[in-house]
Amino acid sequence: MDMRLVRAIALKDVREVVGSKQLWLPMILVPLIFLVIFPTLSVLLPSATKLPVTTLGSSLETFMERLPPAMRDLVGSMDDRGKFIYLMSVFFFAPFFLIIPIMVVSIIGASSFAGEKERKTLESLLYTPITDAELMFGKILSAFIPSVAVAWASFIIYAIVVNALGYPFFGRIFFPNLTWLVLLIWVVPSMSFFGLGIIVVVSSKVRGFQEAQQIGGLVVLPIVALVLLQVFGVVYLSLSFALILGLAFLVIDYFLIRLGARTFVREDIITKLK
Amino acid sequence: MAAAIESQGLTRKFGDLVAVSELNLKIEAGEVFGFLGPNGSGKTTTVRLLNCLLRPTSGWAKVMGFDIADDPTEIRRRTGVLTETAALYENLSAADNLRFFGELYGLYGEGLSKKIDELLEFFGLAGRRGDRVGSFSTGMRKRLAIARSLIHDPPVLFLDEPTSGLDPEAARLVRDHIAELSRGEKRTVFLCTHNLDEAQRLCSRVAVIENGRVIASGSPQELEKRLWKGTWVEVNLEAVSDSLVAKIESLGLVRSLKRDGRVISVQVDSPSQIPDLVAEVVGAGGRIRAVNEVAHSLEEIYFRLRSEDVNGHEAGAGHRP
Repeated sequence: MDMRLVRAIALKDVREVVGSKQLWLPMILVPLIFLVIFPTLSVLLPSATKLPVTTLGSSLETFMERLPPAMRDLVGSMDDRGKFIYLMSVFFFAPFFLIIPIMVVSIIGASSFAGEKERKTLESLLYTPITDAELMFGKILSAFIPSVAVAWASFIIYAIVVNALGYPFFGRIFFPNLTWLVLLIWVVPSMSFFGLGIIVVVSSKVRGFQEAQQIGGLVVLPIVALVLLQVFGVVYLSLSFALILGLAFLVIDYFLIRLGARTFVREDIITKLK
Repeated sequence: MAAAIESQGLTRKFGDLVAVSELNLKIEAGEVFGFLGPNGSGKTTTVRLLNCLLRPTSGWAKVMGFDIADDPTEIRRRTGVLTETAALYENLSAADNLRFFGELYGLYGEGLSKKIDELLEFFGLAGRRGDRVGSFSTGMRKRLAIARSLIHDPPVLFLDEPTSGLDPEAARLVRDHIAELSRGEKRTVFLCTHNLDEAQRLCSRVAVIENGRVIASGSPQELEKRLWKGTWVEVNLEAVSDSLVAKIESLGLVRSLKRDGRVISVQVDSPSQIPDLVAEVVGAGGRIRAVNEVAHSLEEIYFRLRSEDVNGHEAGAGHRP
């Protein structure tokens, strides 16, 4: 595999994303809303509206009851506002954070695979000496690297925001914990590949970018499920859960990439082009 | 020397549909070969087969001596393709579009930059090199797409409708360039077109494809000879009388005659009989203003071939030019 060709493909796809506001705007707005505006409001709003601590306290108690004992002990010594900030920052927003890499891969992946087919530029690429594997690998990198990069950049911003908001209560830097580091290094990459695998397979079946993105967007459902499961106390994002989650994605990735490679064959692509 | 493009019995089926049937080609290096046919006749499938994007159902083909079944990458390194849609990356600049494709052909650094400058200059796009292609007119896009197909100096070029959408001046520029690529640089050009006038100007040989099958191939002159027996001569006279027409018609070398005002069209067996015809017409009292051997345009040849293919019969010897 000629890595210079792979790099050329990946860089071209990234340049195309940078050149299209429709593509890059959501990648800035979504992290900003989920990881800056929501956390800020969720901490500042109770203070500003002077919500009675009892109201805050009763909903917190319900959530606390469902926490495993170890976690309950950790936050047990905090006052209600401290508990609230800690639980929101460390647990509640974690699944939202996971939405970001999924969103980035689905936007870039749909543009790169289905979009290029729709814009009719793919055919000219197929006439060049690049092999199917180089082309597919370049396109995967063009979505995978920005996805992980945006997730990590969002994480840094999120860490600054929640520490700034929590500092008055804790007097120390409390974020990230080990689970978040595992999310970052283990779950984000394997989950990005999962999103990409779905997009590659979906793109081979559909005609256009919008369709690929809509169907590919469904990969966000497991993350939404995670939010709900956590709210209802069925699971919570512990270290072991994060490790298992990453591993599960990795196993699925292996099969998805194999399936994707089977669909990414010149002859099949060209016969489906109109 | 081996042919630049050669095929034998090349066939591609999609289910029951035979897209290309038993295609036999032999195109020499430096030749401009016209591939003529209506939409859906199999032109694009042929280009895809010859560039190894599709595998043949049966038969074989070689491009620059490489077999399409065994050496797809080697073939694609040596061919440049202008597709019918000629789509470019709209969010990238003209220079970046060329640079990207140059890189895919393994070109880098100074050499690539120089080539990009040359092509942009040649195709009149140097002033817009940094502008997004999304802001380009149809003609500019087409010129850039042709430049893209030339970025790696391919010895074989496949051009699908290279001048469609171009204004007459730009079209002439492109035609001149294609002629130069063939004559000066000895590149082989496989030209798919509906533009028969363009094919006539550029192509040394043509093939007419219909429903995946080549119905005729050869130089325009060869095809003309095959379709129209004998030679038609237009004789422009000062005055035409019925008696003069009758005298000319009775001449031994005249096979057929038509009258249109002061012009009579006469069919003889061969061009070598034209001087005798002129002498006989003068001898019969005709005062000649001009004599012109009628050549059939490629357009006439094309439509004649297609109608014969539909009707399944040979053209009659006395067909009007």
